[in-house]
Amino acid sequence: MPDLLLELFSEEIPARMQAKAAEDLRRMVTDRLVAEGLVYEGAKAFATPRRLTLTVHGIPARQSDLKQERKGPRVGGAEAAIQGFLKATGLASLDEAKIQRDPKGDFYIALTEKPGKPTLDVLAEILPMIIRTFPWPKSMRWGERSAKPTSLTWVRPLHSIVATFGLETEEPEVVPFELNGITSGQTTRGHRFMAPAEISVRRFEDYEAKLQAAKVVLDPQRRKDIILADAKELAFAQGFELVEDPVLLDEVSGLVEWPIVLMGSFDAEFLSIPGEVIRATIRNNQKCFVVSDPKTGKLTNKFILTANIEASDGGLAIVAGNERVIRARLSDAKFFYETDLKTKLEDRLPKFENIVFHEKLGTQAERIARIVRLAAEIAPLVGADVEKTKRAAQLAKADLVTEVVGEFPELQGLMGKYYALAQGEDASVAAASEDHYKPQGPADRVPTDPVSIAVALADKIDTLVGFWAIDEKPTGSKDPFALRRAALGVIRLLVENKIRLNLVSVSDFHSSVLDETKMRMAQAKAKVSGGFSVIANAHTTQLWNGRQVRVNSFDLLNFFVDRLKGQLREQGARHDLVDAVFSLGGQDDLLMVVRRVEALAKFFDTDDGKNLRAGVKRASNILGIEEKKDKRAYDGAPDAALFKLDEEKALAKAMAEVGPEAGAAVAKEDFAGAMTAMAKLRPAVDAFFDKVKVNDDDAAVRENRLKLLNEIRAATRAVADFSKIQD
Amino acid sequence: MRPERSFQGFILALQRFWADQGCVILQPYDMEMGAGTFHPATTLRALGPKPWKAAYVQPSRRPKDGRYGQNPNRLQHYYQFQVIIKPSPPDLQDLYLKSLAAIGIDSSLHDVRFVEDDWESPTLGAWGLGWECWCDGMEVSQFTYFQQVAGVECSPVAGELTYGLERLAMYVQGVDRVYDLNFNGREGAEKVTYGDVFLQAEQEYSRHNFEHSDADMLFKQFTMAEEACKKYLDAGWKDNKREAHLMALPAYDQCIKASHVFNLLDARGVISVTERQSYIGRVRDLAKACGEAWMRTEAGGSSPSLRGESL
Ligand SMILES: Nc1ncnc2c1ncn2[C@@H]1O[C@H](COP(=O)(O)OP(=O)(O)O)[C@@H](O)[C@H]1O
Ligand SMILES: [Mg+2]
Repeated sequence: MPDLLLELFSEEIPARMQAKAAEDLRRMVTDRLVAEGLVYEGAKAFATPRRLTLTVHGIPARQSDLKQERKGPRVGGAEAAIQGFLKATGLASLDEAKIQRDPKGDFYIALTEKPGKPTLDVLAEILPMIIRTFPWPKSMRWGERSAKPTSLTWVRPLHSIVATFGLETEEPEVVPFELNGITSGQTTRGHRFMAPAEISVRRFEDYEAKLQAAKVVLDPQRRKDIILADAKELAFAQGFELVEDPVLLDEVSGLVEWPIVLMGSFDAEFLSIPGEVIRATIRNNQKCFVVSDPKTGKLTNKFILTANIEASDGGLAIVAGNERVIRARLSDAKFFYETDLKTKLEDRLPKFENIVFHEKLGTQAERIARIVRLAAEIAPLVGADVEKTKRAAQLAKADLVTEVVGEFPELQGLMGKYYALAQGEDASVAAASEDHYKPQGPADRVPTDPVSIAVALADKIDTLVGFWAIDEKPTGSKDPFALRRAALGVIRLLVENKIRLNLVSVSDFHSSVLDETKMRMAQAKAKVSGGFSVIANAHTTQLWNGRQVRVNSFDLLNFFVDRLKGQLREQGARHDLVDAVFSLGGQDDLLMVVRRVEALAKFFDTDDGKNLRAGVKRASNILGIEEKKDKRAYDGAPDAALFKLDEEKALAKAMAEVGPEAGAAVAKEDFAGAMTAMAKLRPAVDAFFDKVKVNDDDAAVRENRLKLLNEIRAATRAVADFSKIQD
Repeated sequence: MRPERSFQGFILALQRFWADQGCVILQPYDMEMGAGTFHPATTLRALGPKPWKAAYVQPSRRPKDGRYGQNPNRLQHYYQFQVIIKPSPPDLQDLYLKSLAAIGIDSSLHDVRFVEDDWESPTLGAWGLGWECWCDGMEVSQFTYFQQVAGVECSPVAGELTYGLERLAMYVQGVDRVYDLNFNGREGAEKVTYGDVFLQAEQEYSRHNFEHSDADMLFKQFTMAEEACKKYLDAGWKDNKREAHLMALPAYDQCIKASHVFNLLDARGVISVTERQSYIGRVRDLAKACGEAWMRTEAGGSSPSLRGESL
């Protein structure tokens, strides 16, 4: 079956758009073909800086004929209906119609056949349409035709189109169409500088080979392979190591049709700038790779560039040119770095008074002040020195207004650390600049220094409490302020560092700190409008753990719980255990929640655990039903005098031992110990349900037995609500 | 005057090349501006249906780029060579490469690349798509197909080339520091370098731009230019009807002025982040109003019956 070759040849396509464009082209053409009834065997798309290419092979030469059956009016129906039917179906008279009987009577049926079109004609229709509606992220008009409203838009000016269709054994045909003054044909061009002449192509096989001969590597993956292999080898040959960078590799491979990898160097004097700054400079601005010395693990004064041309001097001029630019860039970076070093971080803080963090949450300066207060509050809880923590929180964001971070935003925090160290700050204080942003994602490192932990928690909790207060919570897939990530960060900080924090109390405390900012803003607004200030710090509260807390704090706790469940689910752990723990109520210490969950998970993996759970569940169910029926709770101690059966007595006895033992273990937060103690209940519980009928005819006995069941439930509730656990 | 010998010879070679392509060779605009794009021969002439081809050198002032003469290729005052052709010809990329050859950049020896750089001037209300042109990793030119200028759709689209003259000349002369460029092509005692001409100026203006410029005065100048621009625009509408405009160019001068004063204030660090946006917006509003007025002038494509009229 015949194949299609399509090439759209244009001026340089932005590297970042190439891969998606190739995929879009493949999808659009093949979808359209299938919609036209043309099922193909395979398709592959490619992109270089100057061309998008698609090959689709094994397309039928023509559409198959389309048989259609259309039901018409009833035999003997109204004349108008019959005329309408003939007209719509194109039949000359009713003689050409079939008659079909169905339960409602006899009907005319028209059998028409729509002959399939040659694929060449179909392609000539669909290709221009696809090109016209191609989904470039940004497209443009150009040239004389741009004055007309109908002019074609493309990512950059489109120059020529190759579109051929045909069998391997025959001369293929050009898919004929015209678009914006471009006529489709069989001519393309090779490399812009090394093979600019026109090339005539037939089909994909000779097209790809001729391009290769004309210094164009069509396949982006091959270009990447070449660059990576050559770069590694160049570095290795000098005893160094390429610092691999897949994102940069992607981009660089989209900037060349014929990759030539070369190595250059820069003045070793620049190695006095932090390595990250050197890398950012060389990578972001020059799209070159950096190289490290395996002996020291540090950067060396080398870089690797990818040129698009085999230069007549072997690349000497190109390397020299790139070295010159990198020197200027590094000289700029050094200027920025050294300028930054001249100003102390604390002296930069006044600048934050003019930087708005969020229009409803005040300035960055106010935010920093809040973080300082909260971090100081948290510090003793995580074993951090309060003064150091305050200092760290004060300085942690100061690098945002430095020159280097202005130039390379991705270096925020890290530069703060360098500047803090340079001005002689304590190592923990300096580290907090970088580490308080962490963890940024599931793969990111969690800080372990108490000072960093305190500031990191304060930073994230300020964000969460703040956006909760102004009702900017994440919805569905929308989370513009990355609040989910902040909450997960808090969870990991607490759990991995084994930190106990009562989140509801902390949120409540911080909400009142935030009220001060809101008050200030309300007053400022009132001043501007000349009116009175209505101080808007009213908030609703609810009862929680026997005290009034803000509804927002409680709501935020639930947000944490959901994140925790999600995280456990992702780790393959049982998130229903989280529900079992939380439904006890009053739990806002995530570390303890996780501990309980872990103990439960382990326990329920044992037979004792499984059976005990079944027993407790049964007890809870019975209690639930009876409590509802009687509209009362069966709390209070059972009366030993009312026990009639041995199994009852045995259970009561076991309870009397296990209850205090488990309670003591829970008090020591030894949840595993509590579970081990509870395991001892199992035989007694099993025997009880085997032999004892709870709803005894004697009301007093019945009540006593229900009270006993309640004791079991209560004892296990020291750790979790077993009834919430799924089987 | 060979282009690889002297900075001035280099400029002359570029001018000659574009003159041969039929461009009007203009002289620099006599006002301080951040880029050749601000020259009315680009900003305003890019608008409207009339064909236009021009090329010129434009001294460009970027107060924030001052480095006290320390940076090898970044200057707070440098020369741009600007080419504007409307409608954009189909072979503009080729013409650009030929112009490089004319100034001695051999594209079989150097790595010339077109790297995505979508140009946008928030102060001019303008945007276009195109590239930074790299020569061996150095950004030497900006290449743009204007899509919108002064808030007006370009119809037809103009192609704009902006060469960074010093950086290109450094290439061609093979020097590492801009201040080492040979300016006049002489050797020995008669040789004048770029540093001889501009190093002191870079140092003085860096001090001025970052440390001493009179911010109070500049704030006032900004407001004055803004008010004058609006005043001239109002007064320019013929017969008070918004059909024909008779003073778009003088009004636009004030927009250029406001833009440069803003750049000075910005370099001085006296504009806060929030205010910054509002200043940019104010300049843009002026630029847009000037563009709108220009479209109602003869050169902007409005009816020629205006010729010879006065206010
Ligand atoms: N501060 C500077 N000093 C010297 N040359 C510069 C400077 N800034 C830019 N250039 C050169 O001028 C060219 C055009 O600059 P660019 O910033 O892209 O201009 P525009 O603002 O007109 O788009 C650049 O390609 C670069 O070579
Ligand atoms: Mg640029």
